[in-house]
Amino acid sequence: MSTLKDYGSFETAWCPGCGNFSILKAVKQALVQCNLAPHDVLFVSGIGQAAKAPHYLHANVFNGLHGRSLPVATGAKLANPHLTVIAESGDGCNYGEGGNHFLAAIRRNIDITLLVHDNRVYGLTKGQASPTSPEGFVSKAQPDGNPSLPFNPVAVATVMQAGFVARGFAGEMAHLTDLICQAIAHKGFSLVDILQPCVSFNRLNTFSWYQEHCRKLENSYDPTNQRGALDVAMMDENRLPIGVIYRNKRPSFKEKAEGSSSERAFGLQPFNQALFEEVLAHYY
Amino acid sequence: MVKRNSSKTICIGGEAGQGLVTIGQLLCKALVRSGYHIVITQSYQSRIRGGHNDFFIRTSVDPVAAPSKTTDLLIALDQASISEHGHLMNRDGLVVLDAILDPETHHALKVPFKDLAGDGFLNIAALTIAGALLGLNESLIQKLISDTFHKKDKAILEENLLVFEKALKWVREAAPAFEGLPPASPKGPRRLMLNGNEAIALGAIAAGVRSGFFYPMTPATSIMLTFIKHARTMGIVFEQAEDEIAAVNMAIGASFCGAPSLVATSGGGFALMAEGISLAAMTETPLVIAVAQRPGPATGLPTRTEQGDLLFVLHSGHGEFPRAIFAPGDVEECFSLTQKAFEISEKSQGPAFVLTDQFLADSYRAVLPFDRIDTKPLQSVAHAPDTKTPYQRYALTPDGLSPRLYPGMSHHLVIADSDEHTEDGHITEDLSIRKKMVEKRLKKTALLLSERIPPSFTGDSHPHVLFICWGSAKGAVEEAAERLRTPSLRTATLHFSQVWPLAPDDFLPVIQSAGVVVSVEGNATGQFAGILQRETGLRLEKQITRYDGLPLTPSYILSAFEKIDEGH
Ligand SMILES: Cc1ncc(C[n+]2csc(CCOP(=O)(O)OP(=O)(O)O)c2C)c(N)n1
Ligand SMILES: [Mg+2]
Repeated sequence: MSTLKDYGSFETAWCPGCGNFSILKAVKQALVQCNLAPHDVLFVSGIGQAAKAPHYLHANVFNGLHGRSLPVATGAKLANPHLTVIAESGDGCNYGEGGNHFLAAIRRNIDITLLVHDNRVYGLTKGQASPTSPEGFVSKAQPDGNPSLPFNPVAVATVMQAGFVARGFAGEMAHLTDLICQAIAHKGFSLVDILQPCVSFNRLNTFSWYQEHCRKLENSYDPTNQRGALDVAMMDENRLPIGVIYRNKRPSFKEKAEGSSSERAFGLQPFNQALFEEVLAHYY
Repeated sequence: MVKRNSSKTICIGGEAGQGLVTIGQLLCKALVRSGYHIVITQSYQSRIRGGHNDFFIRTSVDPVAAPSKTTDLLIALDQASISEHGHLMNRDGLVVLDAILDPETHHALKVPFKDLAGDGFLNIAALTIAGALLGLNESLIQKLISDTFHKKDKAILEENLLVFEKALKWVREAAPAFEGLPPASPKGPRRLMLNGNEAIALGAIAAGVRSGFFYPMTPATSIMLTFIKHARTMGIVFEQAEDEIAAVNMAIGASFCGAPSLVATSGGGFALMAEGISLAAMTETPLVIAVAQRPGPATGLPTRTEQGDLLFVLHSGHGEFPRAIFAPGDVEECFSLTQKAFEISEKSQGPAFVLTDQFLADSYRAVLPFDRIDTKPLQSVAHAPDTKTPYQRYALTPDGLSPRLYPGMSHHLVIADSDEHTEDGHITEDLSIRKKMVEKRLKKTALLLSERIPPSFTGDSHPHVLFICWGSAKGAVEEAAERLRTPSLRTATLHFSQVWPLAPDDFLPVIQSAGVVVSVEGNATGQFAGILQRETGLRLEKQITRYDGLPLTPSYILSAFEKIDEGH
């Protein structure tokens, strides 16, 4: 049995009142609830305020480059399928710089959990519009207002038949913990887009704004119906549904590659000279 | 070493899609099995069908290592082959062509391919005729056809053998004047036939590589296709990434978890990987990238050759960190240096590169079965019972090397960071730690230097003329030096198969003992000569360069040398 204490507590580089604190708590709690030991978990993050989160708990960590958490996580999971691999980073990191990896990871359906701290802004670089910033969002870089339409990650993931698509809110800790737990348990790619206020740079989507606009999906809601799920994923800002929006049982990358070699990839395998001779024989 | 004119060059020319590569590969196999040496040059256009492509085989009883400019036997599958290569035919050369084509003024053998081979068996008819003209053993050709087609439908094999017999009978009767190859002995040890890219993939496999990631780009793709072909047998995971940025990051993720990883690309894809190279250096993760060069800038000439990316590979990635760069000179070195690159990358916990090019990538040779350097398993420290808790991934040590563990393989937590980090792997802005970590990473240069491969020197000591070259230029330069030699003119070659890091003591005395020193490179600006100057202060003013997309040949080098010598 693992406990919250196993995951430790650290001093952070976040602003007081930041949504990251409750997300971190929910992540730790979810790991305990899933009964995972710190050494069985690998966090892969990018760069940004959100991407620092793995430094603030006990686990294996690869804190890579801005936008590149998913490819590193993919390589890691292929190399060692026994690890629980969690990619964790911001909205800018995952939907902007790493947008192509986001699409590819959904298609590939490798067994990775992606946690996106979605504060709708580039926090670390001090407030420029991110892919999820609303149209008209004003910043020093967008003085006339953000001219672009926001990216809707849960709708895109639903259209692409991602295995598990959820939206959480940093202000709903218990609910968020449960979503993260389900995402980890899901065999295949899972997305939890986590709505989060940025106390320093997002004056529009504040804590109380989210509280007013977020609605939990009801128990009667059926997340297995893709068309229905898409309607929910595309609901406008006045009613932001949170919960498991869509899920399916699409075979994961590993299941499709079953019989191939992934189990043998990592570890201290002795070199097999006989097999190598077999390979060389192709060239006589 | 091959003597002047003791080799023969066969050119098979035609449109893409006509099967000229199949003819070429089969003829190569027949030559290798008969005991001859071969050097292949493939010249093709960046398209699927049509255009004009060539497959050159230079073959000899003695070892050959460079292509030749002229042709002895031209198998022309289209008219363009004759207009392109007719003027480069040797005096006793023969053009073999379809009866419907025009041989112009050349000595020619018109073959009724349609009658002999119907539709679809042209390659067997052409192989048979070429084999007979060269004087290869008929039953050896017959066996090669059986070996090649026995896995297919029995009826198809029989049809192929029928075409073989028909073509053989026809060419015996036609009996054109053409001097075949001097006899070789097929008795020697069995040899492998493979090209540079295949040898790189096999070298990686021999090193114990467990994963591979790529995004297709000519001329690197066949490295990964070869790797994937054997992946299941060898227990290797692989994935075609969404782009080169993903490929290099996947490799780093896999390597971090204990599955050494191969990445292959060409210049443009490599450009996208630059940030990942820096990441491997900062996180101290082993990473090997094979870069198969083609002419740039930008998309350049996708299917031609150049040695134009040396400085780019040397300087790729932001920040300061050590790296090793290997530049194989032949197919054997593609194998051995790829294995070496993995070994050094694992030992130094950082990036290493194998720099090849389209010429070597596609150049088939006959080689003795590779001796695997029997290295320890690449992964050496997955379990370390005496590791203290908390484990420090970046522990400061005298040689800059920290004990490496893999995540999930013990109760220790492995923490790696692309930010500047503390010994335990956490992000830091403590500037005194920063300074120590920079020094730690740079200390690994000493290991790279202690394991370096010095340049190879061939030829006469105290040479009047010394050629300096690197990578795939080796064979052409060594043959040029050989041909230039006279009783009164001593010549030699200094070939670098590792171009970074350099230890001037390895080669300065040799260079200083020479009369005229000439650098030979497949690029326009003499990139390696520039590195040598920077590292040693030595200025190589005499340079032979080639940058028209074609490989260096002995004749090209010799005629360029004549001009240098006149100006001298
Ligand atoms: C290649 C690259 N480009 C730009 C940056 C600068 N950068 C660091 S974090 C960041 C944006 C972070 O936004 P987000 O991912 O939403 O994280 P947040 O700080 O909001 O949590 C940018 C642009 C970088 N580190 N690397
Ligand atoms: Mg953000």
